[in-house]
Amino acid sequence: MNTRPIYWSVRRELWESRSIYIAPLAVAAVFLFGFMISSIHLQDKMRAALALDPMQQHKLIEQPYTIAALVIMGTTFLVAVFYCLDALHGERRDRSILFWKSLPVSDLITVVSKASIPLLVLPLLTFAITVVTQFIMLLLSTVVLLGSGLSVSTLWSHVSLFQMSLALLYHLLVVHGLWYAPIFGWLLLVSAWARRAAFLWAALPPLAIGVVEKIAFNTSHFAAMLGHLLGGGAPGAASTGDSMSMGALATGHSLSAPSFWVGLAFAAACLAAAVRLRRNREPI
Amino acid sequence: MACIEARGLRKAFGTTIALDGIDLRVEEGRILGLIGPNGAGKTTALNAILGLTPYQGELKVLGRDPWTVRDQLMRDVSFIADVAVLPRWIRVSQVLDYVAGVHPRFDRVKAEGFLAKTTIKRSSKVRELSKGMVAQLHLALVMAIDARLLVLDEPTLGLDILFRKQFYDSLLNDYFDRSRTIVVTTHQVEEVQDVLTDLMFIDRGRIVLECSMEEFESRYAEVMVHPDRLAAARALKPIHERQVFGRSILLFDRVDREQLAALGDVRRPSIADLFVAVMGNQDGQAQGAAQ
Repeated sequence: MNTRPIYWSVRRELWESRSIYIAPLAVAAVFLFGFMISSIHLQDKMRAALALDPMQQHKLIEQPYTIAALVIMGTTFLVAVFYCLDALHGERRDRSILFWKSLPVSDLITVVSKASIPLLVLPLLTFAITVVTQFIMLLLSTVVLLGSGLSVSTLWSHVSLFQMSLALLYHLLVVHGLWYAPIFGWLLLVSAWARRAAFLWAALPPLAIGVVEKIAFNTSHFAAMLGHLLGGGAPGAASTGDSMSMGALATGHSLSAPSFWVGLAFAAACLAAAVRLRRNREPI
Repeated sequence: MACIEARGLRKAFGTTIALDGIDLRVEEGRILGLIGPNGAGKTTALNAILGLTPYQGELKVLGRDPWTVRDQLMRDVSFIADVAVLPRWIRVSQVLDYVAGVHPRFDRVKAEGFLAKTTIKRSSKVRELSKGMVAQLHLALVMAIDARLLVLDEPTLGLDILFRKQFYDSLLNDYFDRSRTIVVTTHQVEEVQDVLTDLMFIDRGRIVLECSMEEFESRYAEVMVHPDRLAAARALKPIHERQVFGRSILLFDRVDREQLAALGDVRRPSIADLFVAVMGNQDGQAQGAAQ
């Protein structure tokens, strides 16, 4: 298969939606700035940490690195949501779809390249930006500690960049790339279908299903299902403070759960429908 | 092989019939003007040809079915669907990169050559260009594609007269050769009169007139009739009559030139005049049918 149209279509998306890389870079820069200021108190913090038991010591020292990862991931998740809602809507709104369709690029390739942004490009980009951010944080802390004459061995023994990176990469590819695929698939489908207010069309049906279920049966299976999905299949991993560590990012996201495969099938169905819609739809 | 071949081409939007069973054959190397009032079905016909809309009936463009293989067809077909469809956020250099990346028949050097004749900067975004410059850019892209069929839907709408003239001049001088085919729709018919090789009027989803320009020249004649010969002229059954500065101008179809010369000054009618005549008669017939 000729991959040139896919390569250029993905590049095209990056030209159009520069927030894909600007937003996480900006957040990382702001975070680093805050971290730099907080490193004034690093000495006190390290001294306090030395008095704790190893478990709590680890948590305390690793915490900023975990927060950095979560903040950047949260940003790119939001970017992905808004990207998807606009991806197949914007080109119809500004009529540029007529230009894109005048070129020998199929609707399938277009939709696949657009879907690859939230499913592959953003996770990999998030990974790169987070690892570099964490590396700069570690470097900064090392310099500060060395300057104040404290040992850096405690810091380095608790912040293992390599292990953190592996956990992060696993989390991004499995949770953001696969577990969240039905969310992004649904958003792309709405984006291809809606004439206006894509955000409302995307948000209202799930909300309506939840409310109707609650009123009719007084149950909340649908809401629980969405929670399960957002948690990446891990029971409460995202919400409980206890598991807020880099290691926890990589645990509990089962790939053998039926819900995981149902989600993937739903995502595939959404994308197939989006391809059909793009073929049929005219500019708004 | 015919470039475009349609038989019984039909398309309805709900109860509105946009194309009412059109038969169409466009040979290679022709420049066809598709002329019709708003809502006549021109754009629907072009969309069907370009694989942008499903249809009923038979349609082959360069031997292929446009609806099922649009992406393959677009290697051999180019189109400018409207004046302003280039995305506003894209830079000139990016759009060149992109088209060069996805189109196997795009000649980047050629496109750069066309752009060099304009004042368009590579680093500009489309939103920073004037409407005329966007049209120049789009034309430069399209002319650098070695396509067999070029479809233009109102390509000069909203452009000033200089740009419009330039547009058709470059199209004829730098692009068209006898192996390519061009289909164009426009409301500015007087500007394409000398460009076209074939003419087609379309109204309410039907073809109401179809002829080559040679045929057009030989069939139709317009006479500014001397007032005292008006009765004799009307006896020859003109298809249209209008008044200009108190003189009657009559349009004839297939009437002997010598006979006409005796009635007054004979001249070549414009497409616009023929259009008004044919469409006016259509309305008359439609009203007659309604009564």
